[in-house]
Amino acid sequence: MKGMTIIVKTISSWVKMLIFLFGIYIILFGHLTPGGGFAGGVILASSYILLMLSFGREFVEENLPLPLASKLDCLGAFLFAMIAILGLVFGGTFFVNFLYQKYLPGQPLELISAGTIPLSNIAIGLKVGASLFLVILTLSICCKDFKPNTPSDGKE
Amino acid sequence: MAIFYILLLFMIIGAIIAIETSNLLSSVICIGAIGFGASIMFLFLRAPDIAITQIVVEVLGLIIMIRATISRDLTFISGDKEFFGTVISVVIIFVIFLAGVQVFETLPDFGTPIFAETPGAASQTYIEEGLQRTGAANIVASVILDYRAYDTLGETTVLFTSIIGATVILRKKAKKLLEEPEL
Repeated sequence: MKGMTIIVKTISSWVKMLIFLFGIYIILFGHLTPGGGFAGGVILASSYILLMLSFGREFVEENLPLPLASKLDCLGAFLFAMIAILGLVFGGTFFVNFLYQKYLPGQPLELISAGTIPLSNIAIGLKVGASLFLVILTLSICCKDFKPNTPSDGKE
Repeated sequence: MAIFYILLLFMIIGAIIAIETSNLLSSVICIGAIGFGASIMFLFLRAPDIAITQIVVEVLGLIIMIRATISRDLTFISGDKEFFGTVISVVIIFVIFLAGVQVFETLPDFGTPIFAETPGAASQTYIEEGLQRTGAANIVASVILDYRAYDTLGETTVLFTSIIGATVILRKKAKKLLEEPEL
């Protein structure tokens, strides 16, 4: 049987959605409450890593395969760069907050406010989550059946 | 104030144990304890953003390091240290300590903002006009994604490049090439 015991599997299958939702909350409310794209992205990645530790790598690879995670990573970086370039196109300066200054001021302390800041948070959250997931996935793929060819130095 | 010194003592003891212990796993756990102490300290210093990031990254880093240490049979470093090298490092640490004391005396008092002593600093402008100019209630978000967005772009680029490098070096095809070099 792959993965850990049935207790760990049951608990982690209950908890995984809560962790994922908390990550989404941290990302979406990054401009109102403490948190933001980076912390939320790490929480998103950690929900997948919990599944990987408890159910084994193959289970996670079926749901979020490595090429898809890599594409999500690229998509996040692309979105963040596009927000910056749109600032150049619409506002005249690279990275200017054109949505807040011209099109969608919004009320402070509401969810839709602060112009491009929530959008940047979403892009960074996507990027950080996918890339930290990729780190663990590539490490565990690489170390899966790691057999050193040279005689080990540890046993003298 | 006393809580900071208690936490600092806890973190220093954790660091010493992490260096001196011979068991790799307990050393990793001690490093985790240092990180959690730092996150509690950020919480008491009223920096919840950094505290959240610190605690989350600490948990993830601990998982990576424990997975890396448990499954491997790593060597233990043993043997005596050279006397001359130890003396040189102690002298260098003492010189850096003296320089650090000189630098820290010029800082403002612990807990007072830097614009209390130098009026017109950039942080004062951020705090006073951040809400009107960017519309974000969280001042940290308005600094890192509006005022200092170039910094965030650089960070994102660094992360992106390092992930690309790791994925390319550690992929399955590269491992096969390593095992069968004639291909």
